[in-house]
Amino acid sequence: MSGRISYVLRFGDNALVLAQRSAAWVAHAPIMEEDVALANVALDLFGQAKLWLEYAGELEGLGRDADAFAFHRDAAAFSNVLLVEQPNGNFADTIVRGYFYDLWASLAWEELTRSRDERIAAIAAKSAKETAYHLRRSHDWLVRLGDGTECSRERAQHAVDRLWRYTGELFLGDEVDAAMMEAGIGFDPASLRDPWLERADAAFATATLARPADGWMQRGGKQGRHSEALGYMLAEMQVLPRSYAGATW
Amino acid sequence: MYTSISDGIVEGRGDEREEAFNERLDRSIKVEPDDWMPEAYRKTLVRQISQHAHSEIVGMLPEGNWITRAPSLLRKLILLAKVQDEAGHGLYLYSAAETLGTSRDDMVEALLTGKAKYSSIFNYPTLTWADVGAIGWLVDGAAIINQIPLTRCSYGPYARAMVRICKEESFHQRQGFDVMWKLAHGTPEQHAMAQDALDRWWWPSVMMFGPPDSASPHNAQSMRWKIKLFTNDELRQKFIDQTVPQAEQLGLKIPDPDLRWNEETQHYEIGPIDWEEFYRVVKGDGPCNRERMQTRNDAWNDGAWVREAAAAYAEKHAAKERAV
Amino acid sequence: MSRDWPLWEIFVRSENGLAHKHVGSLHAADAQMALQNARDLYTRRNEGVSIWVVKSSDITATDPAESDAFFEPSEDKTYRHATFYRVPDGVKHL
Repeated sequence: MSGRISYVLRFGDNALVLAQRSAAWVAHAPIMEEDVALANVALDLFGQAKLWLEYAGELEGLGRDADAFAFHRDAAAFSNVLLVEQPNGNFADTIVRGYFYDLWASLAWEELTRSRDERIAAIAAKSAKETAYHLRRSHDWLVRLGDGTECSRERAQHAVDRLWRYTGELFLGDEVDAAMMEAGIGFDPASLRDPWLERADAAFATATLARPADGWMQRGGKQGRHSEALGYMLAEMQVLPRSYAGATW
Repeated sequence: MYTSISDGIVEGRGDEREEAFNERLDRSIKVEPDDWMPEAYRKTLVRQISQHAHSEIVGMLPEGNWITRAPSLLRKLILLAKVQDEAGHGLYLYSAAETLGTSRDDMVEALLTGKAKYSSIFNYPTLTWADVGAIGWLVDGAAIINQIPLTRCSYGPYARAMVRICKEESFHQRQGFDVMWKLAHGTPEQHAMAQDALDRWWWPSVMMFGPPDSASPHNAQSMRWKIKLFTNDELRQKFIDQTVPQAEQLGLKIPDPDLRWNEETQHYEIGPIDWEEFYRVVKGDGPCNRERMQTRNDAWNDGAWVREAAAAYAEKHAAKERAV
Repeated sequence: MSRDWPLWEIFVRSENGLAHKHVGSLHAADAQMALQNARDLYTRRNEGVSIWVVKSSDITATDPAESDAFFEPSEDKTYRHATFYRVPDGVKHL
């Protein structure tokens, strides 16, 4: 698989997996207004996933469409970062996961709008508007939970502590990233680390939360080595197309 | 709700006010939140609107079940948008009910403690993907028939909420029919899935319109107050007449051996409705009543700390602003 | 819950040139949340360029029981309406 296809799939898979996670909240949110809001986030992310996966299929030229990538690949072929496949947990877990991702994505889209690949630049530009809104939301909720009650601060801190080990992967480049950078198509993941940390630190301060000490950062999602959680998620997501070969819906 | 300048001033003018109220109804002038209204009118509306709102919220659950398993990205997007709309509709309706002096807290409590009713169709399970189609086609189809007349009801906020809802509802039924179409014309397994869903959802949908007119004593007053514009049987007949041909076009069979077209009346006639099943489900012994309530209670209880956190934060910062 | 998540009335301007219109209400813990929720709830189908949120308790309304005294005096001042005046035949631009 060419570097560019792999590269495009990574963004698509991030959006797809996070969308699937977010969608599971609908009808279970703490208040009905949040059901509407979380559904909106999921809808945006599924929309973005479709754009990336469709492009990957075109680049590949083997007739695979977005659904083929979404429903007919096993976990090892998925290249999302480990962060987005983490389970929903409680509302704080979801918000912190969302905030860490949204912050990274907003920086990533800024880079990608400058990509030599026009399609990538276009998808990034469209995603940027949606991500800006998601980031505001997740940031505001992080602050409310961190600076809310003792109970909410505890849960928010716990979520931050638990998810911190998945943030490193966001800034870890590999040969694909290097090749894309060289071609003027992609960016250096490591270059996003400082701006991300700066903004996250500011958010933590406002939220009266503590930034965890850096330890070992889990990795491997981009290369198809996932956590156990992804398998379950995909089993549920893919069950119908996989059980009814040849059927269209 | 709004701070109005005075409150129910003069007793003994009751009859005069009621006459004036009825006269305005006759002239199709809408009633708005701060207008005087008979207590019974207000109470009936609160019950009707909140029941409608609860139905939208509980109605998210059977279809919400299939969001993570929708078989294509497009179907997933559509279903997610539909369920999101339903949450929105519930919110519009709670908002309308709150103009009558009840609170969201009270209404939610009534639902979660089992005191309030909601449309009992949602106490049936969605067992296959075809059920998602059947709900859109049949249940939303029935709901639309009920809702369009309500856009003309006498209470302003309710009528306006219904206008907004009906605009959004139009795609709900179409997407359900589209799902059924694809299945009915798909593989033999898919066709069987569609037929099975119709077999299970037909009669509950027919029952959605409520008991027969002969067994519905409250309808007359509601019709006089223009918060119900057609009888249960009238609406039910409309639904049947429009749906039977759709089933034929789908190539699916309606599970009713007594179904026949009456050339004289130009209406379809159906077999006997099992009203025992209807009352049993309404009373709480449908397949999913307890699960539906448990899910809503869990969401509410699990979310308490979140709501408290947001309130605490708002309080802290309002205090900070005041201190400045 | 709602004890501390007050009710907000929502007003949406759907396009430039039109005034804000009352579209309904929702519960939110603070004004920012109210704005965001209103955007998701009332402008999903591109129906808005501007949203106002106002706490319901901050709205003061006229009392319909007083509406006779409040509004009627303007009813018999018909000279405020253009139709009160007869325009002589042939006179244009009036």
